[in-house]
Amino acid sequence: MKYVDEFRDRELAEGLASAIRREAHPSRRYNIMEFCGGHTHAIFRYGVHDLMPENVTFVHGPGCPVCVLPIGRIDNALELAEDHGVILCSYGDMLRVPASRRRSLLKAKAEGADVRMVYSVEDALKISRQNPGREVVFFAIGFETTTPPTAVAIRKAKAEGLTNFSIFCNHVLTPAAIQHILESPEVRSIGSVSIDAFLGPSHVSSVIGSQPYEFFAEEFQRPVVIAGFEPLDLMQATLMAIRQLNEGRHEVENQYVRVVTREGNMKAQQLVAETFELRTSFEWRGLGLVPYSALRIKEAYSAFDAERRFSITAKPAREAKSCECPFILRGAKKPTDCKLFGTVCTPDNPIGSCMVSSEGACAAYWTYGRFRQQGI
Amino acid sequence: MTLFATRFASDGGTRLDGAVEMIHGSGGRATTELVRTLFHRHFDNAYLAQGNDQAAFDMEAAQVVMTTDAHVVSPLFFPGGDIGSLAVHGTINYVAMAGARPLYLSAAFILEEGFPLRDLERIVASTARASRDASVPVITDDTKVVEKGKGDGVFITTTGVGIVPAGVNIGDRAKSGDAILVSGTVGDHGVAVLSKRENLTFETGIVSDSAALHGLVAEMVAAVPALHCLRDPKRGGLAATLNEIAQQSGAGMRLVESAIPVKVGALAACELLGLDPLYIANQGKLVAICEKADAGRLLDVMRRHPLGLDAALIGEVLADPHAFISMKTRFGGSRMVDWLAGDPLPRNC
Amino acid sequence: MCLAIPAQIVSLDKATEVAIVALGPLKKEISVALLEEVAPGDYVLVHAGFALHKVSPEEAERTLAMMREAGVERELEGFAAEGRP
Repeated sequence: MKYVDEFRDRELAEGLASAIRREAHPSRRYNIMEFCGGHTHAIFRYGVHDLMPENVTFVHGPGCPVCVLPIGRIDNALELAEDHGVILCSYGDMLRVPASRRRSLLKAKAEGADVRMVYSVEDALKISRQNPGREVVFFAIGFETTTPPTAVAIRKAKAEGLTNFSIFCNHVLTPAAIQHILESPEVRSIGSVSIDAFLGPSHVSSVIGSQPYEFFAEEFQRPVVIAGFEPLDLMQATLMAIRQLNEGRHEVENQYVRVVTREGNMKAQQLVAETFELRTSFEWRGLGLVPYSALRIKEAYSAFDAERRFSITAKPAREAKSCECPFILRGAKKPTDCKLFGTVCTPDNPIGSCMVSSEGACAAYWTYGRFRQQGI
Repeated sequence: MTLFATRFASDGGTRLDGAVEMIHGSGGRATTELVRTLFHRHFDNAYLAQGNDQAAFDMEAAQVVMTTDAHVVSPLFFPGGDIGSLAVHGTINYVAMAGARPLYLSAAFILEEGFPLRDLERIVASTARASRDASVPVITDDTKVVEKGKGDGVFITTTGVGIVPAGVNIGDRAKSGDAILVSGTVGDHGVAVLSKRENLTFETGIVSDSAALHGLVAEMVAAVPALHCLRDPKRGGLAATLNEIAQQSGAGMRLVESAIPVKVGALAACELLGLDPLYIANQGKLVAICEKADAGRLLDVMRRHPLGLDAALIGEVLADPHAFISMKTRFGGSRMVDWLAGDPLPRNC
Repeated sequence: MCLAIPAQIVSLDKATEVAIVALGPLKKEISVALLEEVAPGDYVLVHAGFALHKVSPEEAERTLAMMREAGVERELEGFAAEGRP
């Protein structure tokens, strides 16, 4: 597969690995937060950490839209499916995430709710057209990568005059999350979480461009390197971050030049700006309330807003005690620091979202985890 | 007089109209007619022709192997097969994994009221063809009907019996130092089924690998009668089967990713959907574990058989009380190959 | 997050903004509503059934070349260590 296989090449990996070994000063540590769940996944799946010297560590960030969605919002989705009897369309990612009382969309489906897995929001539109007598709601999640498709669907629904289609909108914003982490006490003042540099998300950046990260590099004086999500991209970006740190620079660099530009996809950004607006604040699982970090549907498209259509209100929900997802999502703790990890909380029986999503740090640790070879 | 409309096509086959009704399962004349004109016309052998509720046969003095499997697949029809051929291949393979020669099959059909007879005929014809091609006849069968909404179209349960040839002694334990072999490309069946799933259509040219493996197994046990383990990696994929064997044997495994054969189309489908081919179902492949010294010879034998052309040596068994499976990735690093909780779901985020 | 994969546009219907893309032998229908200009033969990044951005062949090659350079430097180091010019 072109533009895929070349970036997984073993020999090039060895070349990059030795460059990293050469340039990482043995006298210091390099803690690099890879924000994006796709990066966490790739690091574990390809064993990238095996090729790193001991003083280069990856810290896993909250870039997993499944992991950061509060339980209350999943409870709302269940409400739509069960109490309102809609056809609830969802990406596969959300189906197993446990909500309140250990329920999930998949469990609701087993009990008779009409929950359907779709690959694309286009499929939800199709279902809507094929079922004019039923209400169809698409459970929209994701960062800036996944938001433009939802915008297209809303506008199409309006243009076609669909009266039975709506979106339950949970789209969230990357820069707000990064800011929140960098401003958190553990990072900013206490210094217990050391983040020296960031690897910026690949595909969010293909839409928003590299420009939005310039603020962080400047304000927080840390290098940001936008990295592609093939393992060679990760390694090259790590090398670039190491070089910046060695040279005392803190700039935004773009490793993923084959897809990311400074401006990003203007057409997609435009469509999103015309369809959505900022919520003043939104609760993120693990991070609490984050201002201006999420989107809701604009008034002009309110007919397609499931929250308004079905009068969805916030449901207060509690996390399981002892679940360390909040700290893990901020990079403040590792999965192995959590009492529940591997004992009560496993992929078979996930307690927190970090274990359910295959891009969550806990799931990645468990599924691919080296820790188990150390006999924990 | 027939109880449902049957038209005979110019090629002698029937083209049935209508659907399964409760009366077809009542045990009365309707049932007999359905069984005679549909099931026995296709299965067509001396045992069934006797019209008894059981079949009697002699067996040579040998160890007998028996297995049963219920098939509840959805979709019923997929590229490369259907529930009928799957039901035959699956049970023949279970028998074969004990090193046994499969002799006979039974087949019990549970039909849902309203299921189109035309589709039922396709399935029965396919079941019969698979049985004939494998030379393992269905010698006794049963048909029941459940009310609409209580079934998924068709459920088929097949039971198989076979005998273990003299001198063959397949174990069920892998030992440290053993070689791990696979008979061909992994992930084909699961990808073929996914490609036809609602809300997910794509084209790959990948067809299900559903096949009867007893011929391949016969060659293998002739060459290496004391194989340490034989198993077919169905649901849960290669990873599930290897983890099962590792747990049972109390031994670990070390795999080499670049040695595991996967078709490019299956790889592409997995990339698109965020899936891992190691966890995708197979229906016509087997895993063999043998002494390292026998691996070369076994591979040669497998590769000479049409169902083992892509056979490969994919790893080795290690002493490890945790029974972990690790894999050297194509990339050079290492990862664990864990036992997944449920069916892998496609993802976007 | 954001699983996306590069695929090549095989055919395109500008009116409906629907394209068929190929990833190896796999073919799938996707939407190109988020792209301005796109033509058969172009490579695009596909996510959740939508093309998000074109993949630049020149930049891809440049990236690979830089990766190769990192390896070359290693060989040169090796030479230097052995005292060769």
